[in-house]
Amino acid sequence: MQTRLEPRERSPLAAGRRASRSAVRLHGVTRCYPRRGAPPLLALDSLSLDVAPGEIVAVVGPSGAGKTTLLELVCGLQQPDAGEVRAEPAALMPQRDLLLPWLDALDNAALALRLAGRSRADARRLAASTLVALGLAGFEERRPRELSGGMRQRVAFARTLLSGRPVLCLDEPFGALDAITRSELRGWLDGVLQVEPRTVLLVTHDVEEAVVLADRLLVLSARPGRVLAELPVALPRPRSPTDPRLIVLREQALDSLR
Amino acid sequence: MSSGSTARRAYAGPLRGRGPGALPALVLAALLLGAWELYVRLGPIDPLILPAPSAIAGSLVSDRSLLWSNFTVTAGEVLPGMALALILAAALAAAIHFCPLLRRAAYPLLVASQAVPLVLLTPLLVAWLGFGLLPKLAIIVLVSFFPILVATLDGLAAVEPDLLKLMSTLGASRWQTFVRVEAPSALPALFSGARVGVVFSLIGAFFAEYAGGASDGLGLLVEQAIPQLETARAAAAVTLLAALAVALFAALTAAERRLAPWGAGT
Repeated sequence: MQTRLEPRERSPLAAGRRASRSAVRLHGVTRCYPRRGAPPLLALDSLSLDVAPGEIVAVVGPSGAGKTTLLELVCGLQQPDAGEVRAEPAALMPQRDLLLPWLDALDNAALALRLAGRSRADARRLAASTLVALGLAGFEERRPRELSGGMRQRVAFARTLLSGRPVLCLDEPFGALDAITRSELRGWLDGVLQVEPRTVLLVTHDVEEAVVLADRLLVLSARPGRVLAELPVALPRPRSPTDPRLIVLREQALDSLR
Repeated sequence: MSSGSTARRAYAGPLRGRGPGALPALVLAALLLGAWELYVRLGPIDPLILPAPSAIAGSLVSDRSLLWSNFTVTAGEVLPGMALALILAAALAAAIHFCPLLRRAAYPLLVASQAVPLVLLTPLLVAWLGFGLLPKLAIIVLVSFFPILVATLDGLAAVEPDLLKLMSTLGASRWQTFVRVEAPSALPALFSGARVGVVFSLIGAFFAEYAGGASDGLGLLVEQAIPQLETARAAAAVTLLAALAVALFAALTAAERRLAPWGAGT
């Protein structure tokens, strides 16, 4: 599997690594949504979380645990009702790829570079190596409708990575894919993050995915979301989902959910 | 390649209409014309009230130079009128989209303006703008920009909220989000509105010539032919107007296919 990436012109992470402070810090964060004719919906209840620069934290929990709310708070798309959110600039990768149908794969991946004011030729040149590293060589000029679901998801990941943001918020990035494609994409993601580390918040309902990819698991309760357990995953990569130590961790995570 | 995209392509196939082409439309038209011809020949109707298709065809041939010169006049009003309507509707849609105050202030007035009968407006426009091209352009724009505006505004409002969130986390400004996401997303809707608007624009042009004291054009030709009991000629003029509608509609569909192939309308 080819996971080599060209060295980028600047590494936003370098700054984050030097300092010992958190890349993402949530302290006592509460978020509730007002509802018409019903009491407010409490999505997150005094949640605290510290993510070190370069750390990959998987957030697992049942539907309605406020996982998406957590990511939107980190990305600055929502404000907490109580508590404090401090995060380095974060880019969101939503569950659906949301590629722009009028752009080809390369232009989609290069979107953030274009927004930052680079010329189209420049942006495409910079994005090309990322697509290659994600196994999309030869598909650069395909429109999203000509790509398979797994390929589209990889283009969406390239777009998030190329935003240059030190923090990546991945919201069930492989949730809509079949099991085989999902495990394949896990491999790509793992490889790319080894070469170009970022601080990652990975929301998933798939505990296996969480233990394969993450440095630490954060298990959230059902609504309102509270931290049920934090499980460090101190195992070498690449990890096999059938590794007995991973299976133990999986069971621990699932136990805390019960 | 996922089976999803294959299935979508297979589904889009018949809609894209390469298969049977214009044949179904021609067959239906031939059946309707045949029934019409029989009705006029055998039925109780006076051919001066409803000319037979054969009589209209005869007029299309014998009056061809008169019809053609008036057709070019009407087409010369409709084409720039539609272009103006498209520009005006797109600009207004963008302005209303950016400025909620403008939406609240101007949208109700724009809706109300569509209820004002042209019969009332035409004398006013003639008084202001004279008998030349301008009042006709004004009427064409007035009747055709509205469906384009409404459809485009709906298209702008229908952009995925998640896509807007994504753009914001990628660092896009309001204007960048508009140019790179909202405007292209709304383009198919603009074309849908334009296909409705183009039909209105022909009705507008016809009415402007008919009631606006024109010196030529298909509307004037009809206005003069009817008192002369030349109903076949009047119907021939209307036939040309209908042909122009079909041609412009098809041209807009082709333009959308080229410029906005991601839309559902193609």
